[in-house]
Amino acid sequence: METVWYCLVALMIAAYVLFDGFDLGAGIIHLWVARNDAERRQVLASIGPVWDGNEVWLLAAGGTLYFAFPGLYAAGFSGFYLPLMIVLWLLILRGVSIEFRGQVPGPVWAPAWDFLFCVSSSLLAVFFGAALGNVVRGVPLDANGYFFEPLWTDFGATADIGILDWYTILTGLTAFFALAMHGALWVAMKTTDDVNQRALWLARRFWCAVGACTLLITLLTFGVQPQVLNNLRKHPWGLIFPALAIAGFLGTRRFLAGHDDRRAFLASCAYLAGMLTSVVFGLYPYVLPASTNPEYSLTIYNAKAGEYGLRIGLVWWVIGMALVAGYFTYIYRHFAGKVKPGAGYDEH
Amino acid sequence: MEEALTVHRLHFAFTITFHYLFPQLTMGLALLIVILKTMALRTGNEHYNNAARFWGRIFAINFALGVVTGIPMEFQFGTNWAAFSKAAGGVIGQTLAMEGIFSFFLESSFLGLFLFGEKRLGPRGHWLAAFLVFLGSWLSGYLIVATNAWMQHPVGFTTGPNGELFLASFWALLLNPWGIWQYLHTMFGAVTTACFVMASVGAFYLLSGKHEEYGRTFVRTGVVVGLMAALLQLFPTGDMQGKMVATHQPATLAAMEGLFESQEGAPLALIGQPDVKQKRLDNPVLIPRALSFLTHRRWMAMVRGLDQFPRENWPDQIPLLYYSYHVMVGLGTIFIAIMAVAAWLLWRGKLFTTRAMLWVLMLALPFPYIANTAGWMTAELGRQPWLIYGLMRTAKGVSPHVSAGNAWFTLIGFMGLYLVLGILFLFLVYRQIDRGPAPVPATPSA
Repeated sequence: METVWYCLVALMIAAYVLFDGFDLGAGIIHLWVARNDAERRQVLASIGPVWDGNEVWLLAAGGTLYFAFPGLYAAGFSGFYLPLMIVLWLLILRGVSIEFRGQVPGPVWAPAWDFLFCVSSSLLAVFFGAALGNVVRGVPLDANGYFFEPLWTDFGATADIGILDWYTILTGLTAFFALAMHGALWVAMKTTDDVNQRALWLARRFWCAVGACTLLITLLTFGVQPQVLNNLRKHPWGLIFPALAIAGFLGTRRFLAGHDDRRAFLASCAYLAGMLTSVVFGLYPYVLPASTNPEYSLTIYNAKAGEYGLRIGLVWWVIGMALVAGYFTYIYRHFAGKVKPGAGYDEH
Repeated sequence: MEEALTVHRLHFAFTITFHYLFPQLTMGLALLIVILKTMALRTGNEHYNNAARFWGRIFAINFALGVVTGIPMEFQFGTNWAAFSKAAGGVIGQTLAMEGIFSFFLESSFLGLFLFGEKRLGPRGHWLAAFLVFLGSWLSGYLIVATNAWMQHPVGFTTGPNGELFLASFWALLLNPWGIWQYLHTMFGAVTTACFVMASVGAFYLLSGKHEEYGRTFVRTGVVVGLMAALLQLFPTGDMQGKMVATHQPATLAAMEGLFESQEGAPLALIGQPDVKQKRLDNPVLIPRALSFLTHRRWMAMVRGLDQFPRENWPDQIPLLYYSYHVMVGLGTIFIAIMAVAAWLLWRGKLFTTRAMLWVLMLALPFPYIANTAGWMTAELGRQPWLIYGLMRTAKGVSPHVSAGNAWFTLIGFMGLYLVLGILFLFLVYRQIDRGPAPVPATPSA
């Protein structure tokens, strides 16, 4: 049962990264890809009706994590106290910059929010990547299953560790480039003319950066977290996850070259899904490895909730997810196709 | 440790109080928008559609702030209250996860359609989108109140070997009797806020002599629905909520009422200042025997005072609890009076010309917010010194490694950020009210 929930929570986090990932990415490239007000409104219109629903995946995944693995939620959230609070502030600033931008006309109001939207989206991508890096690297858990990490110490990945060190900064950068590419592909798919062309140009540049970072981070991860190689040796079928990432990565380039924006975006989804599932596979059964003493590590066995709760949760989770799949299909169909030039997310 | 506990409590209190300014309007307004859309559908009058669109714009601003200030609430269970989360996550994580999956997806999906899809959806489809936003927000209210109700009156759980709590009955958690009354009381409180806001904007339009046709609709809707909501707040929801407290949290009831000594025929204190050291109420204005009657329906019934409970089980902020409760009840009574007089004038066809009453309606705007806040303060301060009533002390629930310094850092950060958000909010909502509900002739928007 705990393995089922491990996979389901991972699935929800993956859904969050795939869905909110493209609107975070759209935010990262916002200032580069759209030069004037009309173009920026086009970018915002491409994510306007869906970004909030995408962000709900974060809350839903958080809630599910809370009920399925309360020990992990308690340890992880209190241990990552400072970066999570900064993430919250960034989410707040980003949310209001999307929603408030169109409220007041004039040359002062909108550009300020555009800037804030871009900065907060970029920092969020870096922080999310660094958070994942922290989980992979391990944290200084004590015997009671708690820890507290300062934002940084000496930037070394061993001994007295902080949230940011050379390894987690690299995972942060990888996430930044990956989501920037993902967002650029989304914007390219949803727009026309200049914005479309610039987005494609950016996507190709980011593709190279993603390739370099992925290669580097993969090799380093084998050193930082030996469990990943152990799992691959024990269960070689797990190689399908990295294979999915590689296929998605190469596919992105191919479809970009073939001017197939839609497939390129889907290939980028496959890349992100492959990367995340590789991590999930590589860490199992750990959910938060301890850098102090391996015995203090949180696993799906010692962090899980009661059996009855997990069983009954499965019933409503399946019903709920079927409904969510329905809404998402309907909404994405309703707002399918390219954003019309001149359309905006501010026709209140 | 002691100091960190205080900061963590302030942290949650500040962020939740600010957060709840927004959902209380959106939950109530969602109902009123469905009513306006229903009127539009039944009469075919575009006037009601314009009215619904106008409130939809105000709803959207409130909703955005409700969402962004709501995410920190879920996070704080883990960040600031890790020990509580570790022990109770297996139980209340259920309702919190269900809130995300069943309500937030519904709300956010259909709000986008409601705001941007009217043309393509058609009148019936647009009504349905409004209804689903209403359904999502009211479902969200239920699941969050069910979470709080479990902390007030824990049911349906078993205790494990290390003190962790396991869910034992899903339906007991979901159908907690405490939660059902608390939910209705909370929701009619939200409707009261929305009605006062709608009536206040309407009164503002009538007094300033602009958008008068809309002003009349807003005042009429706000007063008619508002009178019902205000009455339901008192009876049966408030009354039943009081009985729940009397049965399950008797020490809380004594502290709320400022009753230090047990007595038969206990009086109801209208005004007075609790002096916890001297264990008495200073300068009291009392209604003899009323508390006995309200609690037990018998004038001479025995009501237990604080003297019946060990000192360490007394709520730790008795004066604040007492004032919160009295402010809530006092304002609730005034709301019934305002709405009843306004409804009577409306019925006699004089309301729209009685300027004094319109002034009262316009200026009443902040008070339902104060009453709702005071109500939640009563619930939360009343639960003290327990985090989970009778099971876990608040002091035992905080994150063990998050120091007071870290908590202050983020609390100050939230205060600064929320100050800016609050100013922006007032500015943007005022702009919408100033612009008014009449459709603007199509201009190329810049």
